[in-house]
Amino acid sequence: MSVAHGLRAPATDQPLDVARIRADFPILRRTVRGEQRLVYLDSGATSQKPLAVLDAEREFYVTSNAAVHRGAHQLAEEATEAYEGARAVMAAFVGGRADDLVFTRNATESLNLLAYAFVNATDKARWGSPLPDGAERFILAPGDEILITEMEHHANLVPWQEVCAKTGAVLRWVGLTDEGRLDIDRLHEVIGPRTRAVSFVHQSNLLGTVNPVQEIAAAARRVGALVFLDACQSVPHMPVDVAALDVDAVAWSGHKMLGPTGIGCLWARAEILQSMPPFISGGSMIELVTMEQSTFAEPPKRFEAGVPMVAQAVGLAAACDYLTALGMPAVAAHEHDITDYALERLVEVSGLRVIGPRDGYMRGSAISFVMDGVHPHDVGQVLDSRGIAVRVGHHCAWPACRRMGVPATTRISPYIYNDRADIDALVEALDGVGAVFGSR
Amino acid sequence: MEDLYQEIILDHYRNPQGRGLREPFEAQVHHVNPTCGDEIDLRVHVEERNGVPTVADISYEGQGCSISQASASVMYDSLVGLSAEEALASLGRFQHMIQSRGQEAGDEETMGDAVAFAGVAKYPARVKCALLPWMAWKDALARATEGAEHD
Repeated sequence: MSVAHGLRAPATDQPLDVARIRADFPILRRTVRGEQRLVYLDSGATSQKPLAVLDAEREFYVTSNAAVHRGAHQLAEEATEAYEGARAVMAAFVGGRADDLVFTRNATESLNLLAYAFVNATDKARWGSPLPDGAERFILAPGDEILITEMEHHANLVPWQEVCAKTGAVLRWVGLTDEGRLDIDRLHEVIGPRTRAVSFVHQSNLLGTVNPVQEIAAAARRVGALVFLDACQSVPHMPVDVAALDVDAVAWSGHKMLGPTGIGCLWARAEILQSMPPFISGGSMIELVTMEQSTFAEPPKRFEAGVPMVAQAVGLAAACDYLTALGMPAVAAHEHDITDYALERLVEVSGLRVIGPRDGYMRGSAISFVMDGVHPHDVGQVLDSRGIAVRVGHHCAWPACRRMGVPATTRISPYIYNDRADIDALVEALDGVGAVFGSR
Repeated sequence: MEDLYQEIILDHYRNPQGRGLREPFEAQVHHVNPTCGDEIDLRVHVEERNGVPTVADISYEGQGCSISQASASVMYDSLVGLSAEEALASLGRFQHMIQSRGQEAGDEETMGDAVAFAGVAKYPARVKCALLPWMAWKDALARATEGAEHD
């Protein structure tokens, strides 16, 4: 079984010592809503940051702050080394080469970078403007198809709707089963010779479902489509090896994997990055500029216009180091354990229904649920009154909520600093929800 | 949390007043809260009574949290029967209270059950829930009275 596939990894590393991990996260020591212990179960939205990450960022500002890739002084040199060093660490973390990793503002921007490759290549081709070699793969004709799934986060849905609206391409999608898995048996009905790109989520942020990447990628390869993966909920939680996944590009964010906000990543195969026209243009991304026209830098710089987020990159590298020290197989094993335990305990709560897979097979730690007669927002509010932080709403996956027949859900998303006691606190608080609202 | 979930609010949530879409109506609107997915379909019926445009009925269907649902029910109780002008003044008082971050308790004399929502003002994330039906009603009223003569 391949780890990259999202299946259970053998726990080769030491099991996580949660008490010791928690000591690295000062925010988990604070109290909320009166003097209550904070039970943070919203890491799917954003993770907390260990001191090592905060220290790395501060250390950069204290000792080496300068704009990278410019300036003829020692600080500029050190800042450039810190930034490029961070790129190498992040790339190695996912099994990629540093040159194939682009730093972006967040995963949404990473996915837009891919979407705009199509829009910009199609526009430029129409005017006969210069394009990089190989850019034909991004030129769309009316009737070409982009394939996504019904469980996408809006970040991997809306940009493709925009691509279609600008190019005449058609958006298609793979539907879901009642359990909240991809209706993979019908994949062949929606994929075909007009499919130009298949973009899908590795692990659903709403349902927790882990998708069979290699199977979908193989189907895409058969029709010659590009394959893109939204890995926001997988890179932080399981070992991910971009080379083993057989996809063309992978997007994820820094802030969900213990890193700072304001930095995201796009890894893509070298050949793909080379053939992409620029997205945001300006300084740093050029090769030669005249008043009439410009030529562009090689990737990844072609896609990093302006002064980049150096301190955030340094913080993200520290987050990678922190996770590497724990061991990603151990992180995955810990999450599988807590997911199984949570699924087991949640069924004990009267009137509660899990939205998404109800067992641990091919599923991550994000667990959505609804309670009879009580709106998810109200459930979240009662939990908040007990110091338990969860997310409520449609989780930026509105169509998936509709498909599952719910207007919204309450979601827990545990991480490395959560343990069974946190799940026990959750279940105890959920038992009290009915008492507040009664039946309607 | 008791600030938020006042008994009056929970009563309206369990037994909503005026719920269901009814005829006649001059305008219907659909409003959503895009951050949480709450939705409301709302109709308004305006009638001339003694020469004054009056809110004769507000009917609605929706899905949402206890705060948004109870707020729709309280709004129905508070506004139906008032002149359009008085009803807009009530909306103004409600909005002022709920956007005060807990600084305005609201006046029970003029606001009735709506004062129970004063506690919601302390929870910024819930203010939009409480305002959803009121904003839908304001929009519907504007559409219903569009082009009508006022003076």
